[in-house]
Amino acid sequence: MDLILVNLIDGLVTGLLLFMLSAGLTLIFSMMGVLNFAHASFYMLGAYFAYQISIALGFWMGLLIAPLLVGVIGAGVERYGLRRVHQYGHVPELIFTFGLALLIEELVQFIWGKNQMPYNGPEILNFTAFAISGNSIPAYKIFMIFISVGIFLGLLYVLTKTRVGMIIQAALSYPRTVEALGHNVPLIFMGVFGVGTALAGVAGVIAGPVLGTFPGMAFVLGSIVFVTIVIGGLGSLWGALVASLLIGWITTFAKSYNIEMEDILNGIGISTPENLDDNIFRDFWSLTSPQIADILPYILMVLILIFRPAGLFGKRIQ
Amino acid sequence: MTNKDPRTDIPKGAKPSEQIMTDPSKASERMRAGSMTLTLVPWVVAAVLLAILPQLFTNNSALTIMNQMSITIVFALAYNMLLGQGGMLSFGHAVYAGVGGFACMHIMNMSDFFASIPLVILPVFGGLFGMGLAMIVGSFSTRSAGTVFAMISLGVGELIAACSVIIVAFFGGEEGVSGDRTYAQPFFGVEFLQQEEVYYLTAAWVIISAALMYLWSRTPVGRMANAVRDNPERAEFLGYSSRWVRYYSFVASGFFAGVAGGLFAINYEILTEENLNTASSGVILLVTFLGGVGFFFGPIIGAIAFTLLQTVLSLSTELWAFYAGSLFLATVMFFPGGLAGLIMMHVPAFKLGKAGKLVMPYIKTLLPGAIGILGLAALVEMTFHYRHAATGDDEMTIFWTTFDSHSLMPWIIAGALTLIGLGIARATAPALKDAWSEANSAGGAS
Repeated sequence: MDLILVNLIDGLVTGLLLFMLSAGLTLIFSMMGVLNFAHASFYMLGAYFAYQISIALGFWMGLLIAPLLVGVIGAGVERYGLRRVHQYGHVPELIFTFGLALLIEELVQFIWGKNQMPYNGPEILNFTAFAISGNSIPAYKIFMIFISVGIFLGLLYVLTKTRVGMIIQAALSYPRTVEALGHNVPLIFMGVFGVGTALAGVAGVIAGPVLGTFPGMAFVLGSIVFVTIVIGGLGSLWGALVASLLIGWITTFAKSYNIEMEDILNGIGISTPENLDDNIFRDFWSLTSPQIADILPYILMVLILIFRPAGLFGKRIQ
Repeated sequence: MTNKDPRTDIPKGAKPSEQIMTDPSKASERMRAGSMTLTLVPWVVAAVLLAILPQLFTNNSALTIMNQMSITIVFALAYNMLLGQGGMLSFGHAVYAGVGGFACMHIMNMSDFFASIPLVILPVFGGLFGMGLAMIVGSFSTRSAGTVFAMISLGVGELIAACSVIIVAFFGGEEGVSGDRTYAQPFFGVEFLQQEEVYYLTAAWVIISAALMYLWSRTPVGRMANAVRDNPERAEFLGYSSRWVRYYSFVASGFFAGVAGGLFAINYEILTEENLNTASSGVILLVTFLGGVGFFFGPIIGAIAFTLLQTVLSLSTELWAFYAGSLFLATVMFFPGGLAGLIMMHVPAFKLGKAGKLVMPYIKTLLPGAIGILGLAALVEMTFHYRHAATGDDEMTIFWTTFDSHSLMPWIIAGALTLIGLGIARATAPALKDAWSEANSAGGAS
């Protein structure tokens, strides 16, 4: 029971982190209709910028400045890169962001090298918040949860309750009409792109000390983020939240409980073959859940795409 | 000559001399969509070239590069069957080549069976396995194109790549599967011990598969793939199931990807997880797009250029992936037609006989531009050396000159070269633009 609680908290942290990335990505998708492959790269940039700033000014300034920098870079990419490629169609746009992801990874290696950076959380949060039967929960994790929930609530408020949010929502659905009403739609798009990448930057800043700040960090998280928004339904903020939490919990639980394929198969009435070592399915029989924890999201995504292409909460099918 | 003839139907106000006249009875003047190769000539030239290349470049490293190039050509052409001809963007195409290659490795290790077949037909088995996998995956992934297809391909690619460390019996785990190609039945006495013999095998397969893929693109199903790419709804109204058209393209592409995997197995005699992962899938996307997806020969150019770039640059700089990435991004942003598109842009000028007018403006703009870019590369390299070289190691060598990267002078020279080069290129660009529109408009002195 206690272990379940610990896992619930761990899964919640992972899920909320994923959500900060997928929220921006799904907003950008509903705006431009294109998946931004470089989204996780902005997350990585956030972590590296925050590391560089934290050396000089400390963690809190990093948390403040790094996302702003990332957002500005993101807006620049939209203004001078994506907007140009947009005229060629969707596939070149997708390929552009893919190339951008490669380039940012190379750039980061160029500037900071290939090793992991000694980027740490603030001293003030370096204590144990509480313990559940011997498993201590660090205060930093609680801080991560609060930041993510705060951002989600803020985003929800801005998008649904404010004038700016209304204009953004209108611009997503009817850009021409909104333009005719006198709003600068390209500017809105640039702003949304900037805010989306800045959110990814925030995620990078607070995840860097926990998950490590190294050039492969974008690649590790990158494809999982797509999986998340595809499962949740492209363009749906609630879908992104549900899918992020789902993936966070599934992977955490699969890793901490060692369920073996042999037990499952025996349980449903298939007996273990006698000389397992010579059997061609020996690898299948010896599967364990920690082994497949990292590919469970992909299996889930393929199944969802086959049976419900719009995703859990998605409305439109591309 | 009647006015009904569309070729000579002259619009009002135009002089007869200003018309671009084409004569469909001449092969060189026939315009056909998607291809420059109209006759047998390019194929014969390519075959002869492939045959005499080992005589020109005899050392082993050149043979290795050419083998690598040939395999990439087959793979890139197979990939372009999806991306260019079918409009399907796949992020996990390496798995079909990889699975074909792994199957070939297992056949190599089945000593009795392997001894009874000649090595030259081994890629067919790779192709069949790649095709088999494509048939399974395609049955659900080709239902829709666009983002859904791309995401399924990514998911399946990641799944199979992850399986490679789990299913050790087939993928061999971390160390992969290795074998020995020389145990096959000798083919007319050739046992493929030498790199050169392998080269001829690969070259033959390049010609065969390229020809087959070209012919495929000329069949009705190949043409329908183009139609479905451009307007699936209209294709449906014409009575074609766009889903099945996509499926056939996908399966055929899987076959040729598997052939490329089989060639890889023969050439390197080892396959690992690296042949399956997303990075390999990304590279083949890069290669194909760099070459140009709009033309059949685009991926061939892309494969040649990329392999050269990879081998030559990676020998001289650690940052080659950075340059390749920049080049790729520049291609997407400025030349979405790729290298093949750049070449084909000049066809109208040649047809008008005005290509000569472009030579001088090109030299005036591109030469300073190239110098400027080299200067920029020098600056990048110097920065890299300044930051990452061991302490005390101040000497660095680029462009055959050795200097101290911590002194000011080289920085000034490189910076000045960059600024002047790019500045001149910028200043002469309008003249090039004028020359370009002049060369592409009919009429005037020619």
